[in-house]
Amino acid sequence: MNKQRNADNRRVLVRMLVVAVLMFGFGYAMVPMYQKFCEVTGINNLLNADDPLRNTQVDTSRTVTVEFDANLHGLPWSFKPGQSSVEVHPGELVHVVYRVSNTRDHAVTGQAIPSYGPQLAAAHFRKLECFCFTRQTLGPGESREMPVVFVIDPALPEDVNTITLSYTFFEVAGTLAEPASKPARPGA
Amino acid sequence: MEATHVHGAGHAHGDDHSHHPKGIMRWITTTNHKDIGTMYLWFSFAMFMVGGAMALIIRAELFQPGLQYVEPEFFNQMITLHGLIMVFGAIMPAFVGFANWMIPMMIGAPDMAFARMNNWSFWLLPPAGILLTASMFVPGGAAGTGWTLYPPLSIQMGIGMDMAIFAVHILGMSSIMGSINIVTTILNLRAPGMTLMRMPMFCWTWLITGYLLIAVMPVLAGAVTMILTDRHFGTSFFSAAGGGDPVLFQHIFWFFGHPEVYIIALPAFGVVSHVIPAFARKPLFGYTSMVYAIASIALISFIVWAHHMYVVGMPVAGQLYFMYATILIAVPTGVKVFNWVATMWRGSMTFETPMLFALGFLFLFTIGGFTGLVLSNTAVDVQLQDTYYVVAHFHYVMVAGALFSAFAAVYYWLPKWTGHMYDETLGKWHFWLSLISFNIAFFPQHFLGLAGMPRRIPDYALQFTDFNQVSTFGAFGFGLSQLLFLYVVLKTIRGGEKAAAKPWEGATGLEWTLPSPAPYHTFEEPPVLSEAKGHA
Repeated sequence: MNKQRNADNRRVLVRMLVVAVLMFGFGYAMVPMYQKFCEVTGINNLLNADDPLRNTQVDTSRTVTVEFDANLHGLPWSFKPGQSSVEVHPGELVHVVYRVSNTRDHAVTGQAIPSYGPQLAAAHFRKLECFCFTRQTLGPGESREMPVVFVIDPALPEDVNTITLSYTFFEVAGTLAEPASKPARPGA
Repeated sequence: MEATHVHGAGHAHGDDHSHHPKGIMRWITTTNHKDIGTMYLWFSFAMFMVGGAMALIIRAELFQPGLQYVEPEFFNQMITLHGLIMVFGAIMPAFVGFANWMIPMMIGAPDMAFARMNNWSFWLLPPAGILLTASMFVPGGAAGTGWTLYPPLSIQMGIGMDMAIFAVHILGMSSIMGSINIVTTILNLRAPGMTLMRMPMFCWTWLITGYLLIAVMPVLAGAVTMILTDRHFGTSFFSAAGGGDPVLFQHIFWFFGHPEVYIIALPAFGVVSHVIPAFARKPLFGYTSMVYAIASIALISFIVWAHHMYVVGMPVAGQLYFMYATILIAVPTGVKVFNWVATMWRGSMTFETPMLFALGFLFLFTIGGFTGLVLSNTAVDVQLQDTYYVVAHFHYVMVAGALFSAFAAVYYWLPKWTGHMYDETLGKWHFWLSLISFNIAFFPQHFLGLAGMPRRIPDYALQFTDFNQVSTFGAFGFGLSQLLFLYVVLKTIRGGEKAAAKPWEGATGLEWTLPSPAPYHTFEEPPVLSEAKGHA
């Protein structure tokens, strides 16, 4: 009786120990199992790069022509857009350049003022980078390419198909005249 | 159903007693299930005090916003050790202690199936407890990761982390040995005539808990071993620097962690299934459905693990699956709560301390279950993940659930263990103080969580101050109430009204056929059960 019971007990013990050892192994087996699971279902694949970032805000159903214009107000510069017009989708990020050069032999400072046609387009024309944000000082004979980065707001009214962006450079008072005398440099 | 013939109980067995070592060696070398059960319970209480002191340090720091008493690093260590010690050192050993004491007496067995292994599984616990508490004093301090030991932090910490890992290994070994012992005892040592479906409910809950432990503790051991080899032996299971994935740890950990919740809860259900029928003086309602409910809770607990990790970046299909599976657990749990309530329906109830704790369990565990249902909902959980709402939820389940049930068990069986009745007035004081202070401590934490206070943070925004102060008052009240519990237990051990063999009128089961206190050796000859239908 007692011997029988001990044998029974030992049988249960061995079975339980086998289960415990198998479950320890199962813990480790989860590592390749999860790897396979993620591979098959395509989730959490750490070796593949994420999808390239894409702008989902672009309204490709519309095309708007943006024309560029450049004017000078009493400045001895030459000032031209790098392109006369571009076709853009609302929401698209657009880079354009303007070219400017100083024809004088001394530095001149100017400030560009933008204007828009039609005027209501101004509210939907988002400039992220523009040379008109700051004063521009050009050294003697210096030429420069100046960027404009902008987005046309998709909320632009449907009937606006063409926008004209026009810049006018104004002289910043006092910088056009030849300096009367150069400041004396110490030790000169 | 009663044993019609009890043989061997209380007979003199001089030859057995004569060679027993005295003093400390008696406890170190004992293979007696009652001695080992007692040691489990005292160890559990000691750990409960240590873990409780850590909780009070946490609550003291959170009494006001800003940093008052401890550094944030030490605060994190307290959070971690409080969790590990309470789960592995206090609650689990307490229920293993009850199992050791009561299961052989409930099924009419002379002792556990493997008496020497039983000794070993207990004596593994103190080294683990010492490793955990001593890790506070090593350079770098204890693990500060939280009890979940998530990498990458657990890969980076100092030697305290290694000590925590070894402690988990040892505790796991102890649990596995204890479970094998309990399962074998229940399967092989039942008295003739006690079929599985006539077994007391506490044995059923422990049988299934034992299987759960044997299935998931090795998985936890594997997970912490992987952390250990990532730390020291150049593997990259979880270390992203070597191509590992930290989220993988969460999947492995919670494969253990969710069944662990039921490992703690099921024996508590078992105790309540004894106490409520005893004090309602009616047999347990729906015995068979209780057994099936326990089994299905245990099975479902294996397939819901990722509801702890809704926000790791899971596909929506995964979130939906884990949400529905989790909500499914409410069905068998609802069956159990219904059966307990139905047991009380039109019963002749009296409200002694064990019954009060069982009723406290029933109310508060149900609240904890409901907040669990709220959290199981993915859309809600995204808001509440890692907030104090979660802290409130699992303290309602762990403290008001498991701990209250353990108190019920102690008061219910204390007369059998000591031969004395406890002081009923003081017992009731202990219950009411615990119940009220518990709710003061933890109910406001629901509001804190809903308002967005994160858990595991030593400092907080000013608007959370009031509820935190209320919570801290409650926590200190709860902690101090437990000293009263210690006093009641010591007083009962030292003396008191003599307890009858069956001190509770409505109690059923073989353990009540034995005299109180239960003799050192019981059921050396198996009892003969009556042929009457019904469970013990």
